Amino acid sequence: MKKSVFFGALTAATLTAGLAGAATLDDVKSRGELICGVNTGLVGFAAPDANGNWSGFDVAVCQAVAAAVLGDPSKVKYVPTSGQTRFTALGSGEVDLLARNTTWTFSRDTDLKLQFTATNYYDGQGFMVRKDSGVTSAKELDGASICIQTGTTTELNLADYFKANNMSYQPITVDSNAEGEQQFLAGACDAYTTDASGLAATRAAFANPSDYVILPEIISKEPLAPAVRQGDDQWTDIVRWTVFALIGAEEYGVTSANIDELAKGTDNPEVNRLLGTEGDLGAMIGLDKDWAVKAIKANGNYGEIFAATIGEQTPIGLARGLNAQWTQGGLMYAPPFR
Amino acid sequence: MSDTQAHSVAYVRDTMLPQQPAPAGQSGAVQWLRENLFSGWLNTLLTLLGVALIYTLVMHFLPWFLHGVWDANSIKECRTIITDRYGEGATGACWAVIRERWHQFIFGFYPPELYWRPILTFLLLFVAVGPLLFTWVPRVLAWFTPVYPFLAVWLLWGGSGWTPLMIFAGFVLGAAILLVLSPRLGSIMAFSIGAFVAILYFLFVVGPLIDGLQAILPWGLESVDSAKFGGFLLAITLGVGGIMMSLPLGIVLALGRQSDMPLVKGFSVVFIEFIRGVPLITLLFVASLLLNYFLPPGTNFDIILRVMILVTFFAAAYIAEVIRGGLAALPRGQYEAADALGLDYWKAQRLIILPQALKISIPGIVSTFIGMFKDTTLVVFVGLFDPLKGIPDFIRADFNWKGIYWEPFIFVGAIFFILNFAMSRYSMSLERRLQRDNH
Repeated sequence: MKKSVFFGALTAATLTAGLAGAATLDDVKSRGELICGVNTGLVGFAAPDANGNWSGFDVAVCQAVAAAVLGDPSKVKYVPTSGQTRFTALGSGEVDLLARNTTWTFSRDTDLKLQFTATNYYDGQGFMVRKDSGVTSAKELDGASICIQTGTTTELNLADYFKANNMSYQPITVDSNAEGEQQFLAGACDAYTTDASGLAATRAAFANPSDYVILPEIISKEPLAPAVRQGDDQWTDIVRWTVFALIGAEEYGVTSANIDELAKGTDNPEVNRLLGTEGDLGAMIGLDKDWAVKAIKANGNYGEIFAATIGEQTPIGLARGLNAQWTQGGLMYAPPFR
Repeated sequence: MSDTQAHSVAYVRDTMLPQQPAPAGQSGAVQWLRENLFSGWLNTLLTLLGVALIYTLVMHFLPWFLHGVWDANSIKECRTIITDRYGEGATGACWAVIRERWHQFIFGFYPPELYWRPILTFLLLFVAVGPLLFTWVPRVLAWFTPVYPFLAVWLLWGGSGWTPLMIFAGFVLGAAILLVLSPRLGSIMAFSIGAFVAILYFLFVVGPLIDGLQAILPWGLESVDSAKFGGFLLAITLGVGGIMMSLPLGIVLALGRQSDMPLVKGFSVVFIEFIRGVPLITLLFVASLLLNYFLPPGTNFDIILRVMILVTFFAAAYIAEVIRGGLAALPRGQYEAADALGLDYWKAQRLIILPQALKISIPGIVSTFIGMFKDTTLVVFVGLFDPLKGIPDFIRADFNWKGIYWEPFIFVGAIFFILNFAMSRYSMSLERRLQRDNH
């Protein structure tokens, strides 16, 4: 029963001050719902459809965690967070988990008291130019005007890159991706820069994508990782190993198609431990034996999620690249389930 | 007559000439054109330039409007249809995004099966404010006006039916104490006691009481979380809530600033100057971020309520200054006349000063309201889905509509224009109705 909000807040202030941070798992279980901070809208990563149902690459992480903890991937409440509000929302306990294409950086990990769990997407900043400009490398952009979103790490990366290469540029600042596209299409800038995944999606949505090229240089490292609050190690472990379970499942060939078969027991002890038919890994993080089975069943393993939301078969058409399994030359590497 | 003069005058016309129309250059459209558009070489030049400008704009944008497509399911389909119909390189508006997503522009993520609740709330709004705005509305409806805010909150957010009843009961309790005690103890003492009892009731009684009643006789509506509010539902909720609360608060602040009591005057001045001195965005960030650091983690202090309170403060500070202008414009004689009649302060304000001051302030007050209603779109910066940017941004996050830009702006702008223009016309008609021409 929700009391009068303000007085409820006052009462809560006297009762719970100082108790926060602990036992997110218990909170989520008693609430019966995972509160997940997501982007207010980023193509392929988090977007609500006409009926308000969220889907996307980051949303899949929320659903996998909800499935592992509560047994039901639909028991998620999505809280859209902007670039400014996301860390406060997590720090103040408004959300349990922040799956919002957030770059793992030193200061965010330490100063902002976040706990980044496991990188689920390796992004990097790139450039897009008009094909008829003849530019084929970012090194040729000396003196160019460049459209860039304000208040993002991309702005700082751009300054670093041009300084390091002893080039100059003229920044045309925009507020959001949509404005950046309009400025770039209208010819207000020679190049548009943002994360490579965003560039690919933007280019794919143009009326004539073939008139534009994405330059080969990637000028920054943007490991995007779901984040939780510092100080609740059990919850950190749950989110981290749920992401690893999805990545590991792809490596071991566990898919949403064959998982029911494999969950009955296999010859591979690693798969058995992951799926809970051998050992009891679930109990070590306070979950059921078959937590990983539920998590993988939600949207499939990492590869399946990638293919369904942002992969080459989708209009966004991102190649696996750095996000391929380590066995395929990528960086996706789940530690052993032992 | 003509006979007597016939011999002395050479020629007398004995029939009236039919009236001739004015010369072609002196009447009708030609005259209007010449007087208004081509009355000199400078005006002729400006007219020609204006026509050229309008022609360019129309030729630029008209095809875009005429090529509008409504029956598509993605921007790609829109482009294909436009190319098929109007040839390669043709541009056109893709109104299909409005057709598919209009409900999100209006209601945000409000559950579709519950759309009747905001619609009913909106219709009841006119019943509630009708008696205040129009003289032809039956007076008896005024009884509904104080009930409406509680009903509206309950309809929009849902929850136990006892909550609005018991909170309303608290206000009734306070008002009853005020009415009963004020003849015996004086209005200030009675007001203090009434407010004190009401606050005690809200602090300690209302929560358990609602829980208890809900346990005995559960009834209510399905709860809808604030996160599901968006689009015009959010803008109108914030706008109407802010307008309803900021006008009384603004009047109190304006009177407080004129007061002789140093504490009241000081508080009013500090409040008004502080709130007017900081940008609204700052206040919104305070509402959404800074408060989170003061309140303990896990506290659920509704974000819409927080934003509404600060938007109200913001509008109230401006309205206070507008009304102060009205108070200052009243001739000194009005105040003295009120004193001469032996009216006390509140009676003088209620019967003589405020009716005139508010009438003078109507244009300023309505301007403030219109400005505030448009400012509600700024809530996008604290992660709420305003109709102008928040909703289009997440619609663009769906790959089907990525690349849509102008259509949502035009659609949302048109709705804002209709609502604000209605407010503006109403204020003009109110001014005419209250015209007394007595000073």
